[in-house]
Amino acid sequence: MASVSTNEMKAGTKLLIDGEPYSVIDNEYRKPGKGQATNTIKIRNLKNGRVLERTLKSGDTLEVADIEEIEMQYLYNDGEFWHFMNPASFEQIQAGKTASEDAAKWIKGEETCRVLLFNGVAISVTPPNTVTLQITETDPGLRGDTSGGGGKPATLETGAVVRVPLFVQQGEMIKCDTRTGEYLSRVGK
Amino acid sequence: MEVATPVWSAHATVDRHIDSFAAGEGWLQTSPEFAMKRLLCAGSGPIYQICPVFRREESGRHHNPEFTMLEWYRPGFDHHRLMDEVEALLHAVGAPAQRYERLDYREAFLRHAGLDPFAASLASLRAAARFDGDAGTQAEERDFWLDLIMSATVGPALGRDAPVFLYDFPASQAALARVSEGRARRFELFWKGIELANGFHELADADEQRRRFEADQAWRRANGRLVPPYDRHLIAALAHGLPECAGVALGLDRLLMLLRGLPDVAATMAFAGDRA
Repeated sequence: MASVSTNEMKAGTKLLIDGEPYSVIDNEYRKPGKGQATNTIKIRNLKNGRVLERTLKSGDTLEVADIEEIEMQYLYNDGEFWHFMNPASFEQIQAGKTASEDAAKWIKGEETCRVLLFNGVAISVTPPNTVTLQITETDPGLRGDTSGGGGKPATLETGAVVRVPLFVQQGEMIKCDTRTGEYLSRVGK
Repeated sequence: MEVATPVWSAHATVDRHIDSFAAGEGWLQTSPEFAMKRLLCAGSGPIYQICPVFRREESGRHHNPEFTMLEWYRPGFDHHRLMDEVEALLHAVGAPAQRYERLDYREAFLRHAGLDPFAASLASLRAAARFDGDAGTQAEERDFWLDLIMSATVGPALGRDAPVFLYDFPASQAALARVSEGRARRFELFWKGIELANGFHELADADEQRRRFEADQAWRRANGRLVPPYDRHLIAALAHGLPECAGVALGLDRLLMLLRGLPDVAATMAFAGDRA
């Protein structure tokens, strides 16, 4: 297994700690003029997103996590797994609920997602930054309203709920930002 | 008097935690201290120099493998008088114009880490250190844990408003300073949590200096570190006689960084280590 020294750890370096995959966010070198040098790394757990800090002796090494990020096309959900295909190799993989649940409410099929593989197993799925989806349910808006104001909740065909302006109607297609979960615009047919 | 001493030497520091760059048959200096103390032994009187120094593996926001040191020596001074002079220099270059606090090493730990660095048990030092790695051969060394507490907790809390002098370190951290009553007579200057200077009431005892060098070499050997030859010319010079004196090294890159409010030492350099 490959390993990496504290002085080679940079933002984005993937580490294996206690069997869990982490990505380095920050690495701070500290040293008293006449004393032991340390590196304090800030790391994000790639499975659950939790951020923690670890202080190590400078020069210590950690194992590198086998992490691969691939762009894959979402195919379908069989009730238990979300299935994706590598458009280059046509290889298919399945991702479980933990990996997929954040992305699942934004994807209905054919979207290109970024799938993170840890030892070949999908651990997280990132949907496209923006998606266009149909509103399946929302209250009728008030006449004369243009935009602004408080807005209203709208349920999309994938199950996501976003706040939309009052003039946006059921059945319309809208564009959303999956990173913020916000409505961006209406999309003409 | 301004002096210039060689950057390259056939000898190197054997400090446990400072690594030299090998250069041909010799080494690049990590500090001009050995050569300058030899000049003092030869009767130079008060001397200073500004020179590049080199330290392997030191790289980070506040570290660059090559940096610039201002080092000077004052015959007849002890470390307290030298602190006064360092303070005057900082006033002259635009640092806060006030009296800087003198903080005893023990007091600093009591205040910022809630423990007595001389009396606390090894277990309580470990518990306070917030260390997640493998201490390895150093697990039983008090200094290892004190260093970790210093760099993670005590150091960052020092000098938030104005610079602070930390003085009288554990005897085990004496380096080239004299020891009396179980304390190393040295000081460090901290400003905004960053160490800027390191000063000694200089050790003049040749035999004691040689014993320390040999103990450091033995430690390095036992810990699998490179073991350079120590400066035997310094030992010979000390045997000839070093006047009672104090000396200090001040990192100019860090001082400039703090005076100008720059984000890191790289911002003070034309080309930092990763582009040098």
